[in-house]
Amino acid sequence: MIWALISLPILAGVVAFFLRPAGPRRALLLLTALGHSGLTALAWVRRPAPAWEGWLLIDPLGLLFLSITSVLFLVVSIYALGYFHREDWGRREDFQEGFLFSNAREPTFTCCLLLFLGMMTLVTLSQHFGLLWVAVEATTLASAPLIYFHRHYRSLEATWKYIMICSVGIALALLGNFFLAVASTLGGEEHVPMLLSSLIGRAPSLHTQWLKAAFLFLLVGYGTKMGLAPLHTWLPDAHSESPSVISALLPGALLNCAFLAIPRVQQVTVAAGLGEFGRSLMLVFGLFSMVVAAAFIIRQLDFKRMLAYSSIEHMGILSLAVGLGANAGYGAVLHAVNHSLTKGMLFLVAGNILAVYRSKSTTDIRGISRILPISGALWVAGFFAITGSPPFGAFLSELVILKSALDQGRTVVAVIYLLALGIIFIGMATIMLRMVQGDPAGLPADHRDSVVTEGHRSNFSWLFGESALAVIPPMALGAAVLILGLYIPPALRQILEQAARAFGGV
Amino acid sequence: MELWIDCLIVLLILTNLKLISSSRLSACIRVVAIQGVLLGLVPLLVGSGDLTFRVILLSIVTMVVKGIVFPWLLLKALRSANVRREMEPFVGYTTSLLVGVGLLALAIWMGRQLPLPAPSKSPLVVPLALFTIMIGLFAIVSRRKALTQVLGYLVMENGIYAFGLAFAHQEPLLVELGTLLDVFMAVFIMGITIFQINREFDHIDTDRLSLLKD
Amino acid sequence: MNTTSWLNPLAALVLSPLLPGIINRTKAFFAGRRGQPLLQGYYDIAKLLHKGAVYSRTTSWIFRAGPVVGLAAVLMALVLLPLGGSAAPLNFTGDIILLAYLLGLMRFFTVIAALDTGSAFEGMGASREVQFSVLTEPALLLSLAAMGKAGQIGSGSRIEHLDNFLSLSGIYSNLSASVWMRNGTILLLVAGALLIVLLAESPRIPVDDPNTHLELTMIHEVMVLDHGGPDFAMILYGAALKLWVFSALLAGVLIPVRSAYWWLDAGAVIGGIFLLAVVIGVIESSMARLRLLRVPQLLTGAGVLSILAFALILWR
Repeated sequence: MIWALISLPILAGVVAFFLRPAGPRRALLLLTALGHSGLTALAWVRRPAPAWEGWLLIDPLGLLFLSITSVLFLVVSIYALGYFHREDWGRREDFQEGFLFSNAREPTFTCCLLLFLGMMTLVTLSQHFGLLWVAVEATTLASAPLIYFHRHYRSLEATWKYIMICSVGIALALLGNFFLAVASTLGGEEHVPMLLSSLIGRAPSLHTQWLKAAFLFLLVGYGTKMGLAPLHTWLPDAHSESPSVISALLPGALLNCAFLAIPRVQQVTVAAGLGEFGRSLMLVFGLFSMVVAAAFIIRQLDFKRMLAYSSIEHMGILSLAVGLGANAGYGAVLHAVNHSLTKGMLFLVAGNILAVYRSKSTTDIRGISRILPISGALWVAGFFAITGSPPFGAFLSELVILKSALDQGRTVVAVIYLLALGIIFIGMATIMLRMVQGDPAGLPADHRDSVVTEGHRSNFSWLFGESALAVIPPMALGAAVLILGLYIPPALRQILEQAARAFGGV
Repeated sequence: MELWIDCLIVLLILTNLKLISSSRLSACIRVVAIQGVLLGLVPLLVGSGDLTFRVILLSIVTMVVKGIVFPWLLLKALRSANVRREMEPFVGYTTSLLVGVGLLALAIWMGRQLPLPAPSKSPLVVPLALFTIMIGLFAIVSRRKALTQVLGYLVMENGIYAFGLAFAHQEPLLVELGTLLDVFMAVFIMGITIFQINREFDHIDTDRLSLLKD
Repeated sequence: MNTTSWLNPLAALVLSPLLPGIINRTKAFFAGRRGQPLLQGYYDIAKLLHKGAVYSRTTSWIFRAGPVVGLAAVLMALVLLPLGGSAAPLNFTGDIILLAYLLGLMRFFTVIAALDTGSAFEGMGASREVQFSVLTEPALLLSLAAMGKAGQIGSGSRIEHLDNFLSLSGIYSNLSASVWMRNGTILLLVAGALLIVLLAESPRIPVDDPNTHLELTMIHEVMVLDHGGPDFAMILYGAALKLWVFSALLAGVLIPVRSAYWWLDAGAVIGGIFLLAVVIGVIESSMARLRLLRVPQLLTGAGVLSILAFALILWR
């Protein structure tokens, strides 16, 4: 079954590359997403046996992140059907500068999308540090063509930065892996496999100095991929220039996968008695990321970049939560779920706004609620959800983290944390709420007409002038976040608690 | 035996220094190719295990991928981009050479701080690996051309790889090959990106890729 | 002090004017010419000694002192120079520094004599000479130091050599085939650095072209343009001796023959020196002179080689 989870998207990706007709290919994408989610759901019911001598295994932490990825991918692939439909595949005009460009071929795009899913699945399942590294690097490579979907120079620049910075970061993580191997060799025992379980088992005999160095390199390496400041510079570019489908997947799924690697290492350091060393590092990285994000969100002129900086903030919160340890571990996993779903929803709505307004400028866009009533409502809901207002899930998780900081008597940390959250709330409120209200006079009339008529030509159902395929996916995500804020199902709570234990908490 | 290991290490160090002191891009690619072939010799000479089938296979694959395939891909990218020299790097060549010497000293100092696994045949491999990584990073930050940055990435990867070949010998073959494949794909995609950058911008100077910023 | 050790400087005095001849014959051979006689160096010196000198009224005593002090300095350096395993007539700990600075003194007087003429061209040559020597001197000293350390370690724990690894004679007597087996890499690096230093100090292609007549690109030749007669003979002879010194330093590393017979050891090194002259000729025939801007990079390269050798030997 584990093999099925990994091979399904990869095989589907290969098939999609050679499948010429658009209809079956899109059906294949949807079916694969459904199949993947189905398999993941099965894993919740009955935990599959480890495969490949324990290299691949579904543990609670992995299962949680696998589920996030799978759900998000399903939602995004439904949205993608509408996106593919409305996206013009010929040469088209750039709305910012007016030059002509074309998109990447749809088969290539679908293929990379599915491979991306396969690699992310591999990340969540792999228990071997080497394999984990290979998988994380593979997600970078599979997603690079996705970011370069709109073939023009801005997205090219974003892609270049993404590949270069992430590859260098991941290369450092590889060095960290080797240090880890040396740490286990120096422990005196011959041949400790680089498996999570065996490293944890022999953790006390690992060489301290090398283990510390290994943790540092792994944190920096995977932290680059995760978007922790000051290694985040690729992230706003990549998020703002990639197509909406991908921007929704990047923060929710990709950043999580990179994040997943860090608690895995933290598990080893905790077992070796170096938990405090790792925690303090992550605390500093987390707080710094939040502060940097807060500084850049204020007066941000591009709403997709604003959302990207918000991702940096939330990755900072995750890192901070792991750094706090104890109860915050539970907050961290819960927050990972909440953030992924909320950010996915926001980027999908952003895609809707972008399609109609043809602008990413936060100053030009006014009156979303009049033109796109549902997207406008979702945009507002998403704003409250992402800034951690009740009754959404993020409120709960951010509160747990705050409480943990106060319980530990870390007042300074709590104050910085609250300040950053407050600034980000204000910054995002001024931008996002202003976009919803007001008079959409600035919008060129023909844009709206063209979008609407083009949509009417298709046979999709319409809700208040918006395509169902464009609003139902984000709506579903929003509903999920809302439910998580009100009621956490016992099965999920159990998995969350088990996953949190991996952080050395609870 | 020790003489050969020393020779190998010194040659690897010299390829690094040559890389940061030459301006002709094709020469840089050739240097990296030589480094790749030399790197393939590392597991044969320095690895603490016996000469097993695995070690020999790894050595051959490394030489082919890093010594032939990568340089060939990069030379292709170079030809399509139609550039020959790295003009006006951020750090000049003679200065780069001096920086390289400084980095070498730093790497040796760092290498002395770290305790080593007992059965290593040459303690010099750690400073060599650290030095190669530093040179790679230095090339990435101090050069303008996208191609030189890819070379820097490759050299950095070579350094990490050298460390792994010499010490982390318990890594299963599959992971090592996976690593190689990943790096291969990275270089492949970077090569394609360079081609696209050249087509879109008519140059491959990355410092002029500065539209996206806050 | 034994009498045989005085044979080393004697050999240099007698044989060194042969070196330029050998280089020129090699170049001529590669160019397909017959070339000048091997003994042309002697003929030139003899001819110049019979001529009178003309001095410009603007020059002072410094101009006349230049060639004399230069020749005297290089003669002193010869006394410090061992050949093969046998010690030099004069040796003490730290004489490598004296050697470097005797050669430095020679250069200094050549330079100020050039500046004394007040000619713009000679000033340019002087400036280049000084600029390049800043880079070659550390390379020379570090190479010798690395070599000393390598010999000390490579030759085992022979106590009597421990304290003299900073004297030239000590350094070279420690070298042997077994040292090469153990520290061959380091000695190769040293040899590489010394070869570049030799080419830069001689000064030959790729640093300076002794045959050029374009003052703009010349270094050494342009500095001595105004000297004539016996002065120029002294400069020619001094240059040949300097070439001999550097060749001997390099050949001593490359050919560490240590037989029971001192004359065999010394003979091997002298043979090596002549072989080096052929090598220089080959280099000159096959390379073009570097652009002046690239020369510092080459010399830095020599420095880097010697630093690398030194770092490696310290690591041991």
